[in-house]
Order: sequence, then structure tokens, then C-alpha cells
Amino acid sequence: MAATAATRQATLAARSLSKRFGDRAALSEVSFEVYPGELVAIIGPNGAGKTTLLSILAGIQAPTSGEVTSPPGRKVGWVPQQPAIYSKLSVAENLRLFARLERLSDPEQAVERMLDQTELRERSRDEVGDLSGGNQQRINVAIGLLCEPVALLLDEPTSSLDPRQRERLWGFIGGLAGQGTTVAYSTHNVAEAERYADRVLVLADGKLLFAGTPAELERAVGGGARDFESAFVHFLDERGA
Amino acid sequence: MRWLLVKDLQILRRSPLLAALLIVYPITLALMIGFALSSPPGKPKVAFFTQVPKGRGRIHFGSQDINISSYAKDLYSSIQPVVVHSRAQAISAVRSGRALAALIIPADIPAQIQSLVTTGVGSPTVQLILNTKDPVERQFADQAIQARLNDVEQAVSKQVLRVAVIDLQQVLNGGSIQFLGQSFPLLGLRDSRTLLRRAIRALPAKSPLRPELNRVVGFADLAIQGLAFASPVLGSIGTPLTVDQTELSGRTTPAATYAVTISVIFSLMLVTLLLAAGMLALEREEHTLARLVRGLVTPGALLAEKVVLAGGCAAAASLLMAAGVSIFVPLEWSRFPLWVISLVLAGLAFGALGVAIGGVAREVRAASLLAFMISLPVAFVALVPAAAVSGGLKTALDAVAFVFPFKPALDALNNAFSGTAPGIGWPLVHLVVLAAVFGALARVAVRRLA
Repeated sequence: MAATAATRQATLAARSLSKRFGDRAALSEVSFEVYPGELVAIIGPNGAGKTTLLSILAGIQAPTSGEVTSPPGRKVGWVPQQPAIYSKLSVAENLRLFARLERLSDPEQAVERMLDQTELRERSRDEVGDLSGGNQQRINVAIGLLCEPVALLLDEPTSSLDPRQRERLWGFIGGLAGQGTTVAYSTHNVAEAERYADRVLVLADGKLLFAGTPAELERAVGGGARDFESAFVHFLDERGA
Repeated sequence: MRWLLVKDLQILRRSPLLAALLIVYPITLALMIGFALSSPPGKPKVAFFTQVPKGRGRIHFGSQDINISSYAKDLYSSIQPVVVHSRAQAISAVRSGRALAALIIPADIPAQIQSLVTTGVGSPTVQLILNTKDPVERQFADQAIQARLNDVEQAVSKQVLRVAVIDLQQVLNGGSIQFLGQSFPLLGLRDSRTLLRRAIRALPAKSPLRPELNRVVGFADLAIQGLAFASPVLGSIGTPLTVDQTELSGRTTPAATYAVTISVIFSLMLVTLLLAAGMLALEREEHTLARLVRGLVTPGALLAEKVVLAGGCAAAASLLMAAGVSIFVPLEWSRFPLWVISLVLAGLAFGALGVAIGGVAREVRAASLLAFMISLPVAFVALVPAAAVSGGLKTALDAVAFVFPFKPALDALNNAFSGTAPGIGWPLVHLVVLAAVFGALARVAVRRLA
């Protein structure tokens, strides 16, 4: 899905990002770039710093040092792990509220676009609390897309979904990347990263240990590992993470 | 902020049970408190049985009769008498719960009082039987009956003293005495002394009776002086204390108006705190807080929206409540603009406290519980009368009341409703300062937790 990185301008660039919480370093000197239409998975064990990295990229937290850059005038969309939507409002009302808060020039048109994109037009009047977890997550993603962001950041987007809902959501996210939106997501599911990522960033103890394609990660650990998940575990073991 | 306000109103509209609970419950509670504060206490049901036969309730003292039975009417005014015809029925009424207590007057009580008054020996005793199942009701009945019995005791003592003073005056100054339907003249000490002096003057100078009669006159002088002193002293024992009441300048709030003020502020406090804390906690429960403050709205605007929503709803509900209650209790409608200002500022101050609570709590239920846990002691502390606690404790309670909006809100609305001192200016400034302080605390909490 991704084009050659060197020929395009990065949509999001992290330079020497560090974040400390007291004496604990949550992130240390993390640098990478992501490009238009690229699907990037951020993987790593618990406490590696994945959510901290995403929240800094999204602008929710400020880094202790380092910087994040994106093309001027373009927004970065953010989709939190849990659906951040109002369960007592309908699908359309949620989209309309956030479109207005985004100060879009034509909120109604944005709502219509998102209803089409999420394929939830038939449920537009239903209260969100009555929808399935998968549909709620699609609205959650749609709200992140309302501002037509240059890049979309998703924090473990499929963690609470069943396999069928995951499949549908990845179809939806893959469509976004196909339209040129950069997508970066964190996940615990290594198989998902292998299947739905052009590149993976491996974080452990706040340090970026690897950035490359899943195939490159497998090659990095030699031929001993039988699959990508084994390669990932082997990779972490080799580095004592 | 406008769209957030619309959104919150939509959510409230779709949670009718929550909205009804938030509005109806505090108002009902506040009205109950108001009426409880302004209503006189009820009368306890008491089974009353007297063994004194009709017409035998009189005691004789000196030249007068005292009818003990007439004091039973006073007792009846303090209780709801339950008719019984025997001691056993009286006890049964208490056991069954028909009466909180039973008061039994024995047949010999007039004789006992008569003996006590005339000879100083006697122990007039009435029997009080209390149901001990409920300690509060027991104390209520006990206090009501004891207070009335004390009144009866005082009335009897006063009557006895009055009769004693009249008889002493007759001994001193003479008069007449009724006996067997006939009136007999009574000489009196003063006239006796005058007659003796005349008799001494009529005796020969060397008469041996003169020294002895002069000793009797000397005794009469002493007795007259002593009794002349004793009469007013005995009279004053009947009313040993006189209360000289002085009203200081300034208007005082009628008790019923003050009760309404308390109930309105109590209602305002509960509605505002529950709404503000609940609606902010809902943003965290729905995971929308971080999304909102990521750039869609500032934390200040988000908090202001919650404060305006909660304070505005609560102030409107409280105004309606005050208007409704004013049908029964006089409130000064000419000061209506001050009602509005007081309720709006109180709503904002409570709203700011509410969002500070909501900023700490992670979910709506925890926020509601926290709001209750904070608001009830705060109201209690503000309502403790100054004279009810010692100096050090009073200072501590004042300090606690000072940092929460209940007391200044109460002072402001009290003045707005009745125009009484202290003035309204300082409480309103106090409310504005508290709104700013709690708003700042909430902002810190939201920034930290978003």
C-alpha cells in the first residue's frame, strides 16, 4: 500500500521524542516518519510506551523533549481505544456535534459523508448505546476522520471487537489508507500488525528498537522463527525487552 | 460551548428518570425539611387515667380551696389524650402502641398535696409509663409530659404561696375569715398592738402589768416588722425570675421564612452539585473528555458549560420552588431581582464545586456519591447555631463553612427574601470568589486527568 518513502514528504515526523513521568522514562529519543497512505503498526509489550507515543503524536500530551511535525494547516485525527462517543445521542447527533465542535464549514455535509463511509446510514437515528461494539468503534473512527486529517492515529482500535467486527473495521481502515490517509495504530495483536501494516515500529521500555516491514523484522531475527509472532517474541528476547 | 450545552440538554431529556430524580428528589426533600422546620412539633398520644373521684380534687389551705383537677386541662393541651378507664387499660394502650405513654394519677394525690402543704409531710406522686421501644419517641413523650407536669407543679406552688401571703396579710392587718358559711372578724397584729398600747396608757404608772405588757408590745413590733418583710418575699418566690426582653435594632427573619430559605438553598445545592459533578463525570465515563480538550474546546469552556448548565437549571428550579412556597410563607416579592441574583450566583458557586467533584470522580455514580458526602456535612456545619458549640469548635466550624458556598448562599438568599441583616453585598462577593476558586481547582483536575 505504501509508496517509496524517500520520494514523498512525511505526513507526520517524530524527532527525538522523550517523555518522563518523574524518574521513569516512558519514551527515550524516539524518531520516525510516516508517509501518505501508509499503514504503520506500533507494537511492543505492555508498558512499552505505545499509548504515550500515540498521545504525544495526537497532541494530547506534550513531550518532555523532542518535537512532532506535520504539514502546516493539516490536522491529525485521533481515535482513542474506547469509543469516545455519547451513548445517549444518535449516530447522526454524535457526528453532527463533533462536526460543529471541529468548526467545519458544512457540518451536515460532513455527517452525510461519514454516514456513507461507515455504512451506518440506516442506523443514523439509533442511539449509539444500542449499537454493537464494532459499529460504535466505526463511529469512533468516523469522528476522528471528520476534520479530513492528513494522518489518523488509532490506539488499539480492535482490542474490544470480535473477529468478524475486526475484519470489517480493518476493511474500513484499509479503505482510508487507500484514499491516501496515513494511518498509525498501536496493537497487542502481532498477527494483525503483520496482516494490516506496511511497516511496524517495535517499542520496548520507551525505546524504538525496530522500524521496518514485517518481513524485515522476520529477517532480522534469522530463520529460526516459524511465523511473525515468533519472530517478534524472538526479537524482544534477543534485546532483553 | 453552545453545542455542548445543547448536547447535555439532549442527554438529560433522554434520561427522564435521571432528570426527574435530579429535580424532583432534592425539591421534595427540601420542602419536607422546610415544613419540618417551620411546623410546630406534634402532640404525643398519652393514655391518661385519674383515680381521683370527681369532685374530690380539691385541697384546703388556709382560707382558700385549690382545685387540682383544673390543672388536668393544661396537661390535655400538650398531649393527645387516649381515653382509658383503668390502670390496666392504660398500660395495655402503651404496650400495644396506641399510646406512647400512660399517665396515672392516684386517688390519694389531693390528700398527699394537702398533707405536704399543711404539715410539710407527704409525697404526691404520679405514675408515668413509657414505651421504651423507640428511644426518640420515648424522649419526645417524656419531655412533653415532664414539661407540662413542671407547669402544673409551678402553678400549684404559686397558688399555695398566694394563699399563704393572703393569710399572712390577714394575720398582720386583720380582716375576716369564713367558717361554716359565716364571716368572723380577725383582729390582726397591728390592731392588737394599738389596743395594747392604749391599755398600757390606761394603767397606773406603777402598775406591775406595764413591763409585761410592754414586752408583748415589743414582740408585736418585731412580729409586724418580720411579717411585713416576709409577705413580699413569699410573693416573689412564686415568680423568682423576671425576663426583661430587649429587641436590638434591625429586622429579624421570621422563622418560617428562614426555613424556606434553608430548604431552597438545600435544594439548589443538591441539584447543582449532582448535575455539575454528574455531567462532567459523564464525559469521563463516555471517554469523551480527552477528545474534547484535545483542541475542540478548552478545559475552561468545558467547565463553564457544565457550571452554567447545572447552576442555571438549579436556579430556575429553585425560583419556581420559592414562588410556590411564597403562597404559604410571606416572601418579599419587591426584592425579586435580588432573589434572582442570589440564586444565580449561588448556582454558579455550587456548580464550580460540582465540577471540581466531577473532575476527581471517574464515573457518574462515584461523582453523585461524592457530591452527597460533601454537601450534607457542609450544610450541617453551616446550620450549627453559634451558641450551640464552644468557642474553639465554633471557630473550626466557621472556617469550614467559609470555604463552601452554603453559608454565603444562605445569607444572601435570606437577605433577598426578607431584607434582614446582614447585608447582601458581602455574601454575593463571597460566592463569586468561591466560584472562581473551585473553578480553578476543577480546571487543574480536568487538565491532569484528561
